[in-house]
Amino acid sequence: MTVSGKATPWFLSAPALTLFAALLVTPLAMTFLLSFNSFSFYGGIENTFGLENYIEVLSDTYFYEIFGRTFLIAFITTAICAVLGLPEAYILFRMKPAWRSFMLLIVLGPLLISVVVRTLGWAILLGNKGVINEFLRDIGLITSPIRMMYTSTGIVVALVHVMIPFMILAVWAALQRQDPATERAAESLGAGPFTIFMRIVLPQAMPGVLSGSLIVFSLSASAFATPAVLGGRRVKMVSTTVYDEFLNTLNWPLGAAIAILLLVSVLTIMIAWNKLVERRYSGVFE
Amino acid sequence: MNRNGFWALCFNALFALFMMGPLLVVIGVSFTPTGYLEFPPSAISFRWFKAILDNPDFIDAAWISLELGLASATLSTLLAVPAALAIGRERFRGRDALQALFLSPLTVPTVVLGVAFLRFLSLFDINGTFLGLVLCHAVIVTPFVLRLVLASVTGVDRSIEMAATSLGASHWTVFRRVTLPLILPGVVGGWVLAFITSFDELTVTVFIVNPSTTTLPVRLFSHITQTTDPLIASISTMVILLTVLLMLAVNKLYGLDRLLIGGEAR
Repeated sequence: MTVSGKATPWFLSAPALTLFAALLVTPLAMTFLLSFNSFSFYGGIENTFGLENYIEVLSDTYFYEIFGRTFLIAFITTAICAVLGLPEAYILFRMKPAWRSFMLLIVLGPLLISVVVRTLGWAILLGNKGVINEFLRDIGLITSPIRMMYTSTGIVVALVHVMIPFMILAVWAALQRQDPATERAAESLGAGPFTIFMRIVLPQAMPGVLSGSLIVFSLSASAFATPAVLGGRRVKMVSTTVYDEFLNTLNWPLGAAIAILLLVSVLTIMIAWNKLVERRYSGVFE
Repeated sequence: MNRNGFWALCFNALFALFMMGPLLVVIGVSFTPTGYLEFPPSAISFRWFKAILDNPDFIDAAWISLELGLASATLSTLLAVPAALAIGRERFRGRDALQALFLSPLTVPTVVLGVAFLRFLSLFDINGTFLGLVLCHAVIVTPFVLRLVLASVTGVDRSIEMAATSLGASHWTVFRRVTLPLILPGVVGGWVLAFITSFDELTVTVFIVNPSTTTLPVRLFSHITQTTDPLIASISTMVILLTVLLMLAVNKLYGLDRLLIGGEAR
Protein backbone atom coordinates (compact mmCIF):
# COMPACT_ATOMS: atom_id res chain seq x y z
CA MET A 1 0.00 0.00 0.00
CA THR A 2 1.95 2.89 -1.33
CA VAL A 3 -0.23 5.54 0.25
CA SER A 4 0.81 4.64 3.77
CA GLY A 5 2.26 7.52 5.74
CA LYS A 6 4.79 7.36 8.54
CA ALA A 7 2.11 6.64 11.13
CA THR A 8 0.60 3.59 9.42
CA PRO A 9 2.96 0.90 10.77
CA TRP A 10 2.53 2.22 14.29
CA PHE A 11 -1.21 2.36 13.85
CA LEU A 12 -1.20 -1.30 12.73
CA SER A 13 1.08 -2.37 15.58
CA ALA A 14 -0.69 -0.33 18.25
CA PRO A 15 -3.06 -3.07 19.53
CA ALA A 16 -0.25 -5.62 19.95
CA LEU A 17 2.06 -2.96 21.36
CA THR A 18 -0.54 -1.99 23.97
CA LEU A 19 -0.89 -5.59 25.12
CA PHE A 20 2.87 -6.09 25.31
CA ALA A 21 3.49 -2.82 27.14
CA ALA A 22 0.78 -3.59 29.70
CA LEU A 23 1.32 -7.32 30.14
CA LEU A 24 4.97 -7.95 29.41
CA VAL A 25 7.12 -4.87 29.94
CA THR A 26 5.27 -3.62 33.03
CA PRO A 27 5.15 -7.01 34.83
CA LEU A 28 8.86 -7.62 34.15
CA ALA A 29 9.75 -4.15 35.48
CA MET A 30 7.59 -4.76 38.55
CA THR A 31 9.31 -8.10 39.18
CA PHE A 32 12.66 -6.35 38.96
CA LEU A 33 11.53 -3.81 41.58
CA LEU A 34 10.04 -6.58 43.73
CA SER A 35 13.45 -8.27 43.91
CA PHE A 36 14.76 -5.28 45.93
CA ASN A 37 11.95 -5.44 48.51
CA SER A 38 12.35 -7.26 51.78
CA PHE A 39 10.28 -10.01 53.30
CA SER A 40 9.52 -11.20 56.79
CA PHE A 41 7.46 -14.19 57.81
CA TYR A 42 5.19 -12.02 59.96
CA GLY A 43 4.97 -8.80 57.97
CA GLY A 44 5.06 -10.23 54.46
CA ILE A 45 6.48 -8.11 51.65
CA GLU A 46 7.84 -4.75 52.84
CA ASN A 47 8.23 -1.87 50.49
CA THR A 48 11.89 -1.21 51.24
CA PHE A 49 14.72 -0.97 48.76
CA GLY A 50 17.88 -2.98 49.25
CA LEU A 51 20.16 -5.62 47.82
CA GLU A 52 19.69 -8.17 50.59
CA ASN A 53 17.94 -10.76 48.38
CA TYR A 54 20.77 -10.72 45.87
CA ILE A 55 23.35 -10.84 48.68
CA GLU A 56 21.49 -13.80 50.20
CA VAL A 57 21.51 -15.74 46.91
CA LEU A 58 25.06 -14.86 45.95
CA SER A 59 26.55 -15.67 49.35
CA ASP A 60 24.87 -19.01 49.95
CA THR A 61 26.44 -22.25 48.68
CA TYR A 62 22.93 -23.76 48.59
CA PHE A 63 21.97 -21.43 45.75
CA TYR A 64 25.34 -21.85 44.03
CA GLU A 65 24.69 -25.57 43.96
CA ILE A 66 21.25 -25.03 42.39
CA PHE A 67 22.50 -22.62 39.74
CA GLY A 68 25.53 -24.83 39.02
CA ARG A 69 23.38 -27.94 38.69
CA THR A 70 20.91 -26.11 36.42
CA PHE A 71 23.55 -24.93 33.98
CA LEU A 72 25.41 -28.25 34.07
CA ILE A 73 22.20 -30.15 33.26
CA ALA A 74 21.39 -27.66 30.49
CA PHE A 75 24.91 -27.99 29.07
CA ILE A 76 24.92 -31.80 29.06
CA THR A 77 21.42 -31.88 27.56
CA THR A 78 22.56 -29.52 24.80
CA ALA A 79 25.65 -31.60 24.03
CA ILE A 80 23.63 -34.84 23.81
CA CYS A 81 20.99 -33.15 21.64
CA ALA A 82 23.71 -31.96 19.24
CA VAL A 83 25.42 -35.37 19.04
CA LEU A 84 22.15 -37.27 18.43
CA GLY A 85 20.14 -34.60 16.62
CA LEU A 86 22.65 -33.81 13.90
CA PRO A 87 22.89 -37.34 12.44
CA GLU A 88 19.15 -37.88 12.85
CA ALA A 89 18.37 -34.68 10.93
CA TYR A 90 20.79 -35.76 8.20
CA ILE A 91 19.22 -39.22 7.97
CA LEU A 92 15.74 -37.66 7.76
CA PHE A 93 16.98 -35.28 5.10
CA ARG A 94 18.18 -38.16 2.92
CA MET A 95 14.95 -40.15 3.16
CA LYS A 96 12.44 -40.55 0.34
CA PRO A 97 9.65 -37.96 0.69
CA ALA A 98 6.89 -40.40 1.70
CA TRP A 99 8.95 -42.03 4.44
CA ARG A 100 10.28 -38.67 5.48
CA SER A 101 6.84 -37.16 6.18
CA PHE A 102 5.99 -40.18 8.31
CA MET A 103 9.28 -40.06 10.23
CA LEU A 104 8.98 -36.30 10.74
CA LEU A 105 5.60 -36.89 12.34
CA ILE A 106 7.17 -39.42 14.72
CA VAL A 107 10.28 -37.39 15.50
CA LEU A 108 8.82 -33.86 15.64
CA GLY A 109 5.26 -34.71 16.66
CA PRO A 110 6.09 -35.11 20.37
CA LEU A 111 7.01 -31.41 20.33
CA LEU A 112 3.31 -30.65 20.21
CA ILE A 113 2.30 -33.09 22.95
CA SER A 114 2.09 -31.68 26.47
CA VAL A 115 5.39 -31.76 28.38
CA VAL A 116 3.49 -33.03 31.43
CA VAL A 117 2.33 -36.08 29.49
CA ARG A 118 5.81 -36.80 28.13
CA THR A 119 7.32 -36.42 31.59
CA LEU A 120 4.74 -38.84 32.98
CA GLY A 121 5.98 -41.33 30.37
CA TRP A 122 9.53 -40.94 31.63
CA ALA A 123 8.40 -41.30 35.24
CA ILE A 124 6.81 -44.65 34.32
CA LEU A 125 9.95 -45.72 32.46
CA LEU A 126 12.57 -44.59 34.99
CA GLY A 127 11.05 -45.55 38.36
CA ASN A 128 12.61 -48.16 40.66
CA LYS A 129 9.78 -50.48 39.65
CA GLY A 130 9.59 -48.82 36.27
CA VAL A 131 9.61 -50.40 32.84
CA ILE A 132 13.39 -50.16 32.30
CA ASN A 133 14.35 -51.59 35.70
CA GLU A 134 11.80 -54.43 35.46
CA PHE A 135 13.07 -55.30 31.99
CA LEU A 136 16.72 -55.32 33.07
CA ARG A 137 15.82 -57.53 36.05
CA ASP A 138 13.77 -59.92 33.89
CA ILE A 139 16.68 -60.54 31.54
CA GLY A 140 18.98 -60.98 34.53
CA LEU A 141 21.27 -58.03 33.95
CA ILE A 142 20.67 -56.48 37.37
CA THR A 143 19.44 -57.75 40.73
CA SER A 144 18.64 -54.47 42.46
CA PRO A 145 17.05 -51.52 40.62
CA ILE A 146 19.20 -48.70 39.25
CA ARG A 147 18.02 -45.42 40.73
CA MET A 148 17.02 -43.07 37.91
CA MET A 149 14.07 -41.15 39.34
CA TYR A 150 15.07 -38.14 41.45
CA THR A 151 18.54 -38.02 39.87
CA SER A 152 20.16 -35.53 37.50
CA THR A 153 20.64 -38.35 34.98
CA GLY A 154 16.91 -38.99 34.81
CA ILE A 155 16.26 -35.28 34.27
CA VAL A 156 18.84 -35.13 31.46
CA VAL A 157 17.36 -38.16 29.65
CA ALA A 158 13.85 -36.71 29.74
CA LEU A 159 15.05 -33.21 28.83
CA VAL A 160 16.87 -34.59 25.77
CA HIS A 161 13.55 -36.12 24.71
CA VAL A 162 11.74 -32.81 25.16
CA MET A 163 14.40 -30.63 23.52
CA ILE A 164 15.84 -32.70 20.66
CA PRO A 165 13.08 -31.79 18.17
CA PHE A 166 14.26 -28.17 18.38
CA MET A 167 17.80 -29.26 17.48
CA ILE A 168 16.53 -31.36 14.56
CA LEU A 169 14.47 -28.42 13.25
CA ALA A 170 17.48 -26.08 13.41
CA VAL A 171 19.81 -28.54 11.67
CA TRP A 172 17.07 -29.30 9.15
CA ALA A 173 16.84 -25.62 8.24
CA ALA A 174 20.63 -25.44 7.76
CA LEU A 175 20.67 -28.59 5.61
CA GLN A 176 18.02 -27.11 3.33
CA ARG A 177 20.25 -24.14 2.66
CA GLN A 178 23.20 -26.28 1.60
CA ASP A 179 24.01 -26.87 -2.03
CA PRO A 180 23.32 -30.54 -2.96
CA ALA A 181 25.90 -30.30 -5.74
CA THR A 182 28.72 -30.19 -3.15
CA GLU A 183 27.88 -33.71 -1.94
CA ARG A 184 27.72 -35.06 -5.48
CA ALA A 185 30.98 -33.36 -6.37
CA ALA A 186 32.72 -34.95 -3.37
CA GLU A 187 31.27 -38.34 -4.31
CA SER A 188 32.45 -38.07 -7.90
CA LEU A 189 35.92 -37.22 -6.65
CA GLY A 190 35.95 -40.50 -4.75
CA ALA A 191 35.08 -39.52 -1.18
CA GLY A 192 33.42 -42.20 0.99
CA PRO A 193 30.19 -41.54 2.92
CA PHE A 194 32.07 -40.83 6.16
CA THR A 195 34.43 -38.34 4.51
CA ILE A 196 31.50 -36.63 2.79
CA PHE A 197 29.71 -36.32 6.13
CA MET A 198 32.72 -34.98 8.00
CA ARG A 199 34.12 -32.66 5.32
CA ILE A 200 31.04 -31.53 3.37
CA VAL A 201 27.85 -31.99 5.38
CA LEU A 202 29.10 -31.21 8.89
CA PRO A 203 30.60 -27.78 8.09
CA GLN A 204 27.42 -26.75 6.28
CA ALA A 205 25.18 -28.09 9.07
CA MET A 206 27.23 -26.43 11.81
CA PRO A 207 25.35 -23.11 11.86
CA GLY A 208 22.18 -25.13 12.44
CA VAL A 209 23.79 -27.07 15.29
CA LEU A 210 24.94 -23.82 16.88
CA SER A 211 21.59 -22.05 16.65
CA GLY A 212 19.85 -25.24 17.80
CA SER A 213 22.23 -25.44 20.76
CA LEU A 214 21.29 -21.92 21.75
CA ILE A 215 17.58 -22.75 21.76
CA VAL A 216 18.06 -26.08 23.57
CA PHE A 217 20.36 -24.57 26.19
CA SER A 218 18.12 -21.65 27.08
CA LEU A 219 14.99 -23.81 27.18
CA SER A 220 16.74 -26.49 29.28
CA ALA A 221 18.13 -23.95 31.75
CA SER A 222 14.61 -22.70 32.43
CA ALA A 223 12.71 -25.98 32.10
CA PHE A 224 10.17 -26.53 34.85
CA ALA A 225 7.83 -29.52 34.47
CA THR A 226 10.50 -32.16 33.80
CA PRO A 227 12.78 -31.30 36.77
CA ALA A 228 9.75 -30.78 39.02
CA VAL A 229 8.36 -34.27 38.35
CA LEU A 230 11.59 -36.24 37.84
CA GLY A 231 13.78 -34.34 40.29
CA GLY A 232 11.23 -33.78 43.03
CA ARG A 233 12.55 -32.00 46.08
CA ARG A 234 15.85 -33.84 46.02
CA VAL A 235 17.24 -32.50 42.74
CA LYS A 236 16.23 -28.86 42.62
CA MET A 237 16.81 -26.60 39.65
CA VAL A 238 16.47 -22.82 39.45
CA SER A 239 12.94 -22.81 38.07
CA THR A 240 11.63 -25.26 40.68
CA THR A 241 13.31 -23.16 43.39
CA VAL A 242 11.54 -20.03 42.11
CA TYR A 243 8.27 -21.96 42.15
CA ASP A 244 8.84 -23.02 45.76
CA GLU A 245 9.72 -19.50 46.90
CA PHE A 246 6.61 -18.06 45.27
CA LEU A 247 3.96 -20.69 45.96
CA ASN A 248 5.19 -22.53 49.08
CA THR A 249 7.48 -20.28 51.14
CA LEU A 250 5.69 -17.15 49.82
CA ASN A 251 8.97 -15.21 49.93
CA TRP A 252 8.19 -13.33 46.73
CA PRO A 253 11.11 -10.85 46.86
CA LEU A 254 13.68 -13.66 47.17
CA GLY A 255 11.93 -15.64 44.42
CA ALA A 256 11.94 -12.54 42.21
CA ALA A 257 15.68 -12.05 42.79
CA ILE A 258 16.37 -15.69 41.79
CA ALA A 259 14.16 -15.27 38.71
CA ILE A 260 15.96 -12.06 37.68
CA LEU A 261 19.33 -13.79 38.14
CA LEU A 262 18.12 -16.64 35.93
CA LEU A 263 16.94 -14.18 33.28
CA VAL A 264 20.20 -12.23 33.36
CA SER A 265 22.42 -15.31 33.20
CA VAL A 266 20.43 -16.90 30.36
CA LEU A 267 20.47 -13.64 28.38
CA THR A 268 24.20 -13.17 29.00
CA ILE A 269 25.00 -16.68 27.81
CA MET A 270 22.76 -16.24 24.74
CA ILE A 271 24.35 -12.92 23.74
CA ALA A 272 27.89 -14.25 24.27
CA TRP A 273 27.05 -17.39 22.26
CA ASN A 274 25.57 -15.29 19.44
CA LYS A 275 28.69 -13.11 19.30
CA LEU A 276 30.91 -16.16 19.20
CA VAL A 277 28.88 -17.80 16.44
CA GLU A 278 28.68 -14.63 14.38
CA ARG A 279 32.43 -14.13 14.53
CA ARG A 280 33.20 -17.77 13.72
CA TYR A 281 30.61 -18.15 10.96
CA SER A 282 30.18 -14.61 9.70
CA GLY A 283 30.36 -15.81 6.10
CA VAL A 284 27.60 -18.40 6.43
CA PHE A 285 24.86 -16.06 7.61
CA GLU A 286 24.98 -13.61 4.73
CA MET B 1 19.25 -39.68 -4.59
CA ASN B 2 21.47 -40.91 -1.80
CA ARG B 3 20.07 -43.70 0.29
CA ASN B 4 20.68 -44.18 3.96
CA GLY B 5 22.92 -47.10 4.84
CA PHE B 6 22.11 -49.98 7.18
CA TRP B 7 23.58 -48.37 10.29
CA ALA B 8 21.85 -45.09 9.55
CA LEU B 9 18.51 -46.91 9.43
CA CYS B 10 19.32 -48.70 12.70
CA PHE B 11 20.08 -45.36 14.32
CA ASN B 12 16.85 -43.98 12.93
CA ALA B 13 14.83 -46.91 14.30
CA LEU B 14 16.38 -46.53 17.76
CA PHE B 15 15.75 -42.82 17.64
CA ALA B 16 12.10 -43.32 16.71
CA LEU B 17 11.78 -45.76 19.62
CA PHE B 18 13.31 -43.18 21.96
CA MET B 19 10.85 -40.53 20.79
CA MET B 20 7.80 -42.80 20.91
CA GLY B 21 8.72 -44.86 24.00
CA PRO B 22 7.40 -42.54 26.70
CA LEU B 23 4.15 -41.96 24.81
CA LEU B 24 3.60 -45.66 24.08
CA VAL B 25 4.20 -46.49 27.73
CA VAL B 26 1.61 -43.93 28.85
CA ILE B 27 -0.93 -45.32 26.38
CA GLY B 28 -0.13 -48.91 27.42
CA VAL B 29 -0.48 -48.23 31.14
CA SER B 30 -3.86 -46.56 30.66
CA PHE B 31 -5.45 -49.88 29.61
CA THR B 32 -4.52 -51.71 32.80
CA PRO B 33 -7.30 -53.28 34.89
CA THR B 34 -5.22 -52.93 38.08
CA GLY B 35 -5.15 -50.01 40.46
CA TYR B 36 -1.47 -49.25 39.93
CA LEU B 37 0.78 -48.38 36.98
CA GLU B 38 1.49 -51.66 35.24
CA PHE B 39 3.38 -52.14 31.98
CA PRO B 40 2.76 -54.09 29.89
CA PRO B 41 -0.83 -54.32 31.17
CA SER B 42 -1.86 -57.85 32.17
CA ALA B 43 -5.21 -57.45 30.44
CA ILE B 44 -7.02 -54.81 28.43
CA SER B 45 -9.57 -52.82 30.36
CA PHE B 46 -11.30 -49.52 29.84
CA ARG B 47 -11.79 -49.08 33.58
CA TRP B 48 -9.58 -46.01 33.80
CA PHE B 49 -11.19 -44.37 30.81
CA LYS B 50 -14.58 -44.77 32.47
CA ALA B 51 -13.02 -43.33 35.63
CA ILE B 52 -12.39 -40.04 33.82
CA LEU B 53 -16.15 -39.50 33.78
CA ASP B 54 -16.24 -39.77 37.58
CA ASN B 55 -13.65 -37.02 37.92
CA PRO B 56 -15.38 -33.81 36.88
CA ASP B 57 -12.33 -31.85 38.06
CA PHE B 58 -10.38 -33.05 35.06
CA ILE B 59 -13.26 -32.53 32.64
CA ASP B 60 -13.78 -28.96 33.91
CA ALA B 61 -10.05 -28.32 33.56
CA ALA B 62 -10.10 -29.64 29.99
CA TRP B 63 -12.94 -27.26 29.13
CA ILE B 64 -11.06 -24.33 30.63
CA SER B 65 -7.95 -25.24 28.63
CA LEU B 66 -10.04 -25.47 25.48
CA GLU B 67 -11.74 -22.11 26.03
CA LEU B 68 -8.44 -20.53 27.03
CA GLY B 69 -6.72 -21.87 23.90
CA LEU B 70 -9.53 -20.63 21.63
CA ALA B 71 -9.68 -17.19 23.25
CA SER B 72 -5.94 -16.50 23.51
CA ALA B 73 -5.12 -17.86 20.03
CA THR B 74 -7.88 -15.73 18.52
CA LEU B 75 -6.91 -12.61 20.46
CA SER B 76 -3.23 -12.96 19.58
CA THR B 77 -4.06 -13.60 15.89
CA LEU B 78 -6.18 -10.44 15.78
CA LEU B 79 -3.24 -8.47 17.19
CA ALA B 80 -0.42 -10.22 15.33
CA VAL B 81 -1.82 -10.01 11.78
CA PRO B 82 -1.80 -6.16 11.55
CA ALA B 83 1.54 -6.07 13.40
CA ALA B 84 2.99 -8.58 10.92
CA LEU B 85 1.71 -6.51 7.99
CA ALA B 86 3.48 -3.46 9.44
CA ILE B 87 6.74 -5.25 10.25
CA GLY B 88 6.79 -7.40 7.13
CA ARG B 89 6.24 -4.72 4.51
CA GLU B 90 6.94 -1.25 5.88
CA ARG B 91 10.36 0.26 6.52
CA PHE B 92 10.23 2.51 9.56
CA ARG B 93 12.33 3.52 12.53
CA GLY B 94 11.90 1.15 15.44
CA ARG B 95 10.82 -1.74 13.23
CA ASP B 96 13.56 -4.10 14.47
CA ALA B 97 12.90 -3.15 18.07
CA LEU B 98 9.19 -3.79 17.62
CA GLN B 99 9.82 -7.21 16.12
CA ALA B 100 12.28 -8.07 18.91
CA LEU B 101 9.68 -7.05 21.50
CA PHE B 102 6.95 -9.20 19.96
CA LEU B 103 9.29 -12.22 19.77
CA SER B 104 10.77 -11.69 23.24
CA PRO B 105 8.40 -14.06 25.11
CA LEU B 106 10.35 -16.87 23.39
CA THR B 107 13.59 -15.68 25.01
CA VAL B 108 12.47 -14.85 28.55
CA PRO B 109 12.46 -18.04 30.67
CA THR B 110 8.85 -19.11 31.19
CA VAL B 111 9.24 -19.27 34.95
CA VAL B 112 10.25 -15.58 34.91
CA LEU B 113 7.17 -14.76 32.84
CA GLY B 114 5.10 -16.73 35.34
CA VAL B 115 6.25 -14.75 38.38
CA ALA B 116 6.00 -11.45 36.47
CA PHE B 117 2.39 -12.18 35.51
CA LEU B 118 1.58 -13.31 39.04
CA ARG B 119 3.00 -10.09 40.48
CA PHE B 120 1.12 -7.94 37.98
CA LEU B 121 -2.25 -9.71 38.14
CA SER B 122 -2.29 -9.92 41.93
CA LEU B 123 -1.63 -6.19 42.22
CA PHE B 124 -4.74 -5.50 40.14
CA ASP B 125 -6.65 -8.25 41.88
CA ILE B 126 -7.37 -10.17 38.69
CA ASN B 127 -5.12 -13.12 39.47
CA GLY B 128 -6.80 -16.42 38.70
CA THR B 129 -9.50 -14.83 36.57
CA PHE B 130 -10.18 -16.14 33.10
CA LEU B 131 -9.53 -12.67 31.64
CA GLY B 132 -6.10 -12.57 33.27
CA LEU B 133 -5.26 -16.01 31.87
CA VAL B 134 -6.37 -15.04 28.36
CA LEU B 135 -4.26 -11.85 28.33
CA CYS B 136 -1.14 -13.63 29.64
CA HIS B 137 -1.53 -16.53 27.22
CA ALA B 138 -2.04 -14.07 24.35
CA VAL B 139 1.39 -12.58 25.16
CA ILE B 140 3.02 -16.04 25.25
CA VAL B 141 1.55 -17.30 21.96
CA THR B 142 1.89 -14.08 19.90
CA PRO B 143 5.50 -14.87 18.79
CA PHE B 144 4.32 -18.10 17.17
CA VAL B 145 1.54 -16.38 15.22
CA LEU B 146 3.77 -13.46 14.28
CA ARG B 147 6.52 -15.70 12.88
CA LEU B 148 4.19 -17.70 10.66
CA VAL B 149 2.21 -14.68 9.45
CA LEU B 150 5.44 -12.76 8.76
CA ALA B 151 6.71 -15.64 6.63
CA SER B 152 3.56 -15.59 4.49
CA VAL B 153 3.36 -11.76 4.34
CA THR B 154 6.81 -11.51 2.77
CA GLY B 155 5.71 -13.91 0.04
CA VAL B 156 2.75 -11.79 -1.12
CA ASP B 157 2.99 -10.24 -4.57
CA ARG B 158 2.11 -6.59 -4.01
CA SER B 159 1.23 -5.87 -7.62
CA ILE B 160 -2.07 -7.74 -7.09
CA GLU B 161 -2.93 -5.35 -4.29
CA MET B 162 -1.97 -2.37 -6.40
CA ALA B 163 -4.16 -3.66 -9.22
CA ALA B 164 -7.11 -3.90 -6.83
CA THR B 165 -6.43 -0.39 -5.52
CA SER B 166 -6.20 1.04 -9.04
CA LEU B 167 -9.57 -0.54 -9.81
CA GLY B 168 -11.06 1.49 -6.98
CA ALA B 169 -11.03 -0.93 -4.02
CA SER B 170 -10.71 0.64 -0.57
CA HIS B 171 -7.91 -0.37 1.87
CA TRP B 172 -10.28 -2.56 3.80
CA THR B 173 -11.60 -4.26 0.67
CA VAL B 174 -8.06 -4.89 -0.57
CA PHE B 175 -7.18 -6.47 2.77
CA ARG B 176 -10.34 -8.56 2.94
CA ARG B 177 -10.48 -9.71 -0.70
CA VAL B 178 -6.80 -9.84 -1.69
CA THR B 179 -4.27 -9.78 1.15
CA LEU B 180 -6.06 -11.95 3.70
CA PRO B 181 -6.77 -14.84 1.29
CA LEU B 182 -3.11 -14.78 0.24
CA ILE B 183 -1.74 -14.92 3.79
CA LEU B 184 -4.48 -17.22 5.11
CA PRO B 185 -2.31 -20.38 5.33
CA GLY B 186 0.12 -18.52 7.59
CA VAL B 187 -2.71 -17.08 9.68
CA VAL B 188 -4.40 -20.46 10.15
CA GLY B 189 -1.09 -22.20 10.84
CA GLY B 190 -0.20 -19.53 13.38
CA TRP B 191 -3.59 -19.82 15.06
CA VAL B 192 -3.27 -23.62 15.35
CA LEU B 193 0.27 -23.40 16.76
CA ALA B 194 -0.93 -20.74 19.21
CA PHE B 195 -3.88 -22.88 20.26
CA ILE B 196 -1.69 -25.95 20.88
CA THR B 197 0.89 -23.86 22.77
CA SER B 198 -1.77 -22.30 24.99
CA PHE B 199 -3.55 -25.63 25.54
CA ASP B 200 -0.30 -27.28 26.72
CA GLU B 201 1.21 -24.34 28.62
CA LEU B 202 2.16 -25.26 32.17
CA THR B 203 5.03 -23.22 33.59
CA VAL B 204 3.43 -19.79 33.31
CA THR B 205 -0.09 -20.98 33.98
CA VAL B 206 0.79 -22.78 37.22
CA PHE B 207 1.55 -19.36 38.76
CA ILE B 208 -1.62 -17.58 37.69
CA VAL B 209 -4.53 -20.00 38.16
CA ASN B 210 -6.87 -20.38 41.08
CA PRO B 211 -8.83 -23.55 41.89
CA SER B 212 -11.76 -22.51 39.68
CA THR B 213 -9.65 -21.68 36.62
CA THR B 214 -7.15 -24.57 36.81
CA THR B 215 -6.22 -25.78 33.33
CA LEU B 216 -5.70 -29.40 32.30
CA PRO B 217 -1.86 -29.33 32.30
CA VAL B 218 -1.83 -27.70 35.75
CA ARG B 219 -4.34 -30.24 37.12
CA LEU B 220 -2.30 -33.11 35.63
CA PHE B 221 0.92 -31.64 37.00
CA SER B 222 -0.34 -31.21 40.56
CA HIS B 223 -1.83 -34.72 40.46
CA ILE B 224 1.43 -36.27 39.21
CA THR B 225 3.55 -34.51 41.84
CA GLN B 226 1.36 -36.00 44.58
CA THR B 227 0.57 -39.46 43.26
CA THR B 228 0.67 -41.46 40.07
CA ASP B 229 -2.21 -43.77 39.21
CA PRO B 230 -3.64 -45.21 35.98
CA LEU B 231 -6.21 -42.38 35.91
CA ILE B 232 -3.45 -39.92 35.07
CA ALA B 233 -2.37 -42.25 32.25
CA SER B 234 -5.85 -42.56 30.75
CA ILE B 235 -6.31 -38.77 30.78
CA SER B 236 -2.86 -38.34 29.22
CA THR B 237 -3.82 -40.88 26.56
CA MET B 238 -6.84 -38.75 25.69
CA VAL B 239 -4.55 -35.70 25.44
CA ILE B 240 -2.17 -37.61 23.14
CA LEU B 241 -5.08 -38.81 20.99
CA LEU B 242 -6.53 -35.31 20.60
CA THR B 243 -3.12 -33.80 19.79
CA VAL B 244 -2.41 -36.50 17.19
CA LEU B 245 -5.78 -35.91 15.50
CA LEU B 246 -5.12 -32.17 15.41
CA MET B 247 -1.59 -32.81 14.11
CA LEU B 248 -2.80 -35.07 11.31
CA ALA B 249 -5.36 -32.45 10.27
CA VAL B 250 -2.68 -29.74 10.27
CA ASN B 251 -0.28 -31.98 8.37
CA LYS B 252 -2.91 -32.46 5.63
CA LEU B 253 -3.80 -28.76 5.48
CA TYR B 254 -0.49 -27.05 5.96
CA GLY B 255 2.42 -29.46 6.43
CA LEU B 256 3.70 -30.17 9.89
CA ASP B 257 7.35 -29.43 9.12
CA ARG B 258 6.33 -26.09 7.65
CA LEU B 259 4.28 -25.27 10.74
CA LEU B 260 7.14 -26.14 13.08
CA ILE B 261 9.94 -24.57 11.11
CA GLY B 262 7.86 -21.41 10.95
CA GLY B 263 7.33 -21.06 7.24
CA GLU B 264 11.02 -21.15 6.33
CA ALA B 265 10.79 -24.42 4.49
CA ARG B 266 8.50 -25.12 1.59
